Amino acid sequence: MMNIKGRIFILQDKNGNLIKDIDTDQIYHNMYLHITDIKEMGTYCLGNLEGYENYSLVAKKNDIIISGRNFGAGSSRQHAVDCFRSLGTGCIIAPSFGAIFKRNAINSGFCILECPKIAEYIKEGKISHGEICELDFENGIIKKENGEELFCIPPSKVQLDILKAGGLFEYGKRK
Amino acid sequence: MGKTIVQKILSAHTKDEVKEGNIIWLNIDVRSARDFGGPNVVKHYREHYGAEKVDDPKKTFFTFDLVAPAKTIKYAINQSICRKFAREQGIKVYDVGSGIGTHVLMEHGHILPGNTAVGTDSHYNIVGAIGAFGQGMGDVDITFVFKTGKTWFEVPKTVKIKIKGKFEYPTTAKDLTLYILKHIKTDFALGRSIEFYGESVENLPLFGRITLLSMVTEMGGIIGYIPFTENTIEEVKKFTGASDFNVFYADQDAAYEKEIEIDVDGLESQVAAPPHPHNVYPAKDLKDVKVNMIYIGSCTNGREEDIESAWRILKGKKIKEGIVLSITPATRRAYRNLMEKGILQDLFDMGAIITNPSCAGCAEGHPGMTGEGEVSLNTSNRNFPGKQGKGKTYLVSPEVAAASAITGRITDPREVL
Repeated sequence: MMNIKGRIFILQDKNGNLIKDIDTDQIYHNMYLHITDIKEMGTYCLGNLEGYENYSLVAKKNDIIISGRNFGAGSSRQHAVDCFRSLGTGCIIAPSFGAIFKRNAINSGFCILECPKIAEYIKEGKISHGEICELDFENGIIKKENGEELFCIPPSKVQLDILKAGGLFEYGKRK
Repeated sequence: MGKTIVQKILSAHTKDEVKEGNIIWLNIDVRSARDFGGPNVVKHYREHYGAEKVDDPKKTFFTFDLVAPAKTIKYAINQSICRKFAREQGIKVYDVGSGIGTHVLMEHGHILPGNTAVGTDSHYNIVGAIGAFGQGMGDVDITFVFKTGKTWFEVPKTVKIKIKGKFEYPTTAKDLTLYILKHIKTDFALGRSIEFYGESVENLPLFGRITLLSMVTEMGGIIGYIPFTENTIEEVKKFTGASDFNVFYADQDAAYEKEIEIDVDGLESQVAAPPHPHNVYPAKDLKDVKVNMIYIGSCTNGREEDIESAWRILKGKKIKEGIVLSITPATRRAYRNLMEKGILQDLFDMGAIITNPSCAGCAEGHPGMTGEGEVSLNTSNRNFPGKQGKGKTYLVSPEVAAASAITGRITDPREVL
């Protein structure tokens, strides 16, 4: 149930390093915050992140996006999560996330995974942009097509509980 | 074992065990939504709860502070969606022109020391300045809190920052804040509660505490606290109009995950250059940067004292030809006090634009956007690429903003005093 098969999509700068501290204005610029329909939000996803302005045009369903630390820093806008949900993004993997972004993702049942070693994996050539992997989300394991497994931090209990319930509203009704 | 400040406030609002890393159900005293996020809250609410009543309309608010008044029809529609919902539910709306939501809710005594408060504003943790727990949250969370009065929360670890040494005017709380950011970036406090100690921070007046603690968000932190002094208690009484509230202090044997000491002795004016709030340099090292627009205001530096301090530097001098200086008091009260003192008239006569209280330039609001190649100085808290236009945004104190308005380039205020 919790397996996601998708394309690895790595957010890196000109020097090939993972981009860190990507903030919510780079993910979803405040000029589109008047939008309330999630279907419209995908178009603007990463629209203000240098080098990735056209992401929404090349995005694929179930993309597994990899970023540097503190992904989703900044504002409280749910749009920064919803724009990925709008595109059918499978998961975002980063060494760490902005605190509010993390809550927002968990509350809407969107998969994010903390992976302190992800930069190392990329550096060692263990995972590369464009390859197809299967993510065992519940156990925090990236499974490559050659059978190799890369380990991230498994999601917390509350994250899994809310995800399995189908979001905070459903989870809350059971509490 | 003893408790940190955040642990004490959380403990007073939950039945669960407040232990670092634990997920607790937290009772929320005050909940609010803005014109960003607010319409989505209403949409979720109607979808999931229909016409059911909110948990407590007296503890629930809308505050319109972003695009205020609405400058496009879409924003106008969004605000009207919130107003309609508020009427149906008996919720108070602090409408366009009231000022920045968190400031307004503190000024009107809705959020008090020891309270828990959440809203669709990532700088909601600014209420740490009055010893409350605040947290910015997305529209799903806020909808849930509107309905239930509680939400889940992971008890954060607490870190300690000791500030050593003293600094003098025209160095102010903003310079201290930027200097701390320069040292800790988002690495030291990501996902943590921060407690600040040391004479220089503990002596900060309330408006200076607001400046520092508003930017805990830029440090990646959950919330920040400076222990109250006698003076803080008096200031908070005056600010909130309340005299009966709980002030929490950390226990002597409270456990901190880690601590650092930052020496600020003789600190000079600091500036955060793009693209990050932690990309900080002494103002005097950036004196060749020419400026087009200057903006004084925001939740970080929009208090009466901030604007008065800028005015003191500008008084009797001229704004450099070609500089657009915009000033936005944080709230109506700040606006009115500045008006009564004649400060706004002085600034107006010098050529400044005075806007109605709001978040103004921070969120693509009325006065604050730059074009390609332009440079703006902003007393707010974020200089991320593209946030405030196509140009470059530098974060400064009100004092540096004022001094730079006189010279037309980034200026250490001592140059013009």
